[in-house]
Amino acid sequence: MKLTPEEVQKIADLARLELRPGEVEKYGEQLSNILSNIESLKKFQTDTIEPTAHAIEVPTPFRNDEVVLSDARELTLANAPEREGDLFKVAKVL
Amino acid sequence: MELHHQTLHEVHEKLKKKELSSVELTQAVFKQIGKTEKKIKAFITLTEEMALEQAKKADAVIQKGGNFPPLTGIPLALKDIFLLKGTRTTCGSKILSNFVAPYTATSVENLLRDHAVIVGKLNMDEFAMGSSNETSAFGPCYNPWDLKRIPGGSSGGSASSVAAGHCFGSTGTDTGGSIRLPAAFCSLVGIKPTYGRVSRYGVIAFASSLDQVGPLAKDVTDAAILLKSLAGHDPKDSTSLNLPVPDYQKSLGRKIEGMTIGIPKEYFVSGLEPEIEKAVRDAIEVYKKLGAKIREVSLPNTDAAVPTYYILAPAEASSNLARYDGVRYGFRHPEATDLLSLYKKSRTEGFGPEVKRRIMLGTYVLSAGYYDAYYLKAQKVRTLIRNDFTAAFKECDLLLTPVAPSAAWKVGEKTDDPLKMYLSDIFTINVNLAGLPGMSLPCGFTKEGLPIGLQLIGNHFKEETMLQAAFAYEQATDWHTRRPKL
Repeated sequence: MKLTPEEVQKIADLARLELRPGEVEKYGEQLSNILSNIESLKKFQTDTIEPTAHAIEVPTPFRNDEVVLSDARELTLANAPEREGDLFKVAKVL
Repeated sequence: MELHHQTLHEVHEKLKKKELSSVELTQAVFKQIGKTEKKIKAFITLTEEMALEQAKKADAVIQKGGNFPPLTGIPLALKDIFLLKGTRTTCGSKILSNFVAPYTATSVENLLRDHAVIVGKLNMDEFAMGSSNETSAFGPCYNPWDLKRIPGGSSGGSASSVAAGHCFGSTGTDTGGSIRLPAAFCSLVGIKPTYGRVSRYGVIAFASSLDQVGPLAKDVTDAAILLKSLAGHDPKDSTSLNLPVPDYQKSLGRKIEGMTIGIPKEYFVSGLEPEIEKAVRDAIEVYKKLGAKIREVSLPNTDAAVPTYYILAPAEASSNLARYDGVRYGFRHPEATDLLSLYKKSRTEGFGPEVKRRIMLGTYVLSAGYYDAYYLKAQKVRTLIRNDFTAAFKECDLLLTPVAPSAAWKVGEKTDDPLKMYLSDIFTINVNLAGLPGMSLPCGFTKEGLPIGLQLIGNHFKEETMLQAAFAYEQATDWHTRRPKL
């Protein structure tokens, strides 16, 4: 399993990461090594096996839709890299 | 033994008898931190002022008399993945280096309900991704048993701080071995409970179907006390189990005669260092003497652990970490000009190399055309792994294995080879994939004086059986009484 430089670049784009010079090669090699190890899963016979998403099946719990007070609003906004009043500020989108 | 090296339950007795106040105890802990913290770098943030306030309140509870929870007035520390309202919570990452938690994790609320004192937030691998604590954006943490070596990860600071006497117990999280590995490397007891036993609300997510909260402690009794406090149903976590929490301390001291302990043959393979194998085999002999029935069992899909985990965990991580975009919290790159460059530059600058590697791996295995070959395949193999354990627990009450193939390695030894690092978790990962409770307890030392850990694995919800057997072994040995010299 060997990823091409184009594939590595595409993965980085999808992951919203920039790669610096030399990193395409470095990550490409490391990811290829890991993927080669992962290839060993092919030897496990799974044609009739159901997938497991969660090891312990818990039915979706329901609760009443009630309003509860929270003081997290100001503390949450306080973490904003940039804010304007009670809004998060970002560069112009449209 | 010096105060800071005593166990949680020993200092609880002292508080109860009023030989000591919580404020005095907390001050003693900070004195010790002042002396030796610079050698081990276990903390990212210290919360001395808050801790002394909490200690004063705890003293008031103690003064009132009557029964009080065993954690009352006890200095504890939290892995920096747990939200504690008003304190910085970094998850070991630059991207969260200025993040102040707007609310408190449920598990931490439980500790505070029991009047615990929080002395600080602990060093960890960035976003809990690592086995050595070396991926932390705040620098490595060192093993108190040998300062040239890593403490294990990802809950490295959680182990280092307790071993060094900088707190009497800590919280950790375990996604593939992140509590058990550092506990083993620092001669502590570490528990990864059944998936769902402890709420994940307010714990920064890495791989949601695998993450579980648990304690690190100096002995089994301390670990049982901490688990009792942390555990319990939480409506804010939809995967939280709605089951009563047993009084784990009550299961300690029960005889283990007649208990069947399975030894999975696939865990005693080449690659397991002879000194580790001997210590674990000696532990099996101890269990025989205690009257346990020992039975060899097979978990035929053990080999699938690392490849399955390194599909599922990065896939879940790449989704969970998509939220770090520089918009609402966390690091924002000052040179971003539009939305796309805001995401890219903030993430590129904010995340370290291991986190980026796993995000890219996860992104790849989930990307169009590869989902069935990787993610779905891994979920199916996960079923095979789970079935292995189901079959084994039909004939055994517990399983016994090593925690890791080697003892703690030297700082820098595996940082250039991610795959080699991943292989240190081969004996712990499957427990997470199957959602089982597992724990690490001290079972010896190598010739070089490095701690060795024994792993006990229980069936779902059977933490009591696991603790009962761990306590019986602890009573028959004295490994847990040793302390590192710093």
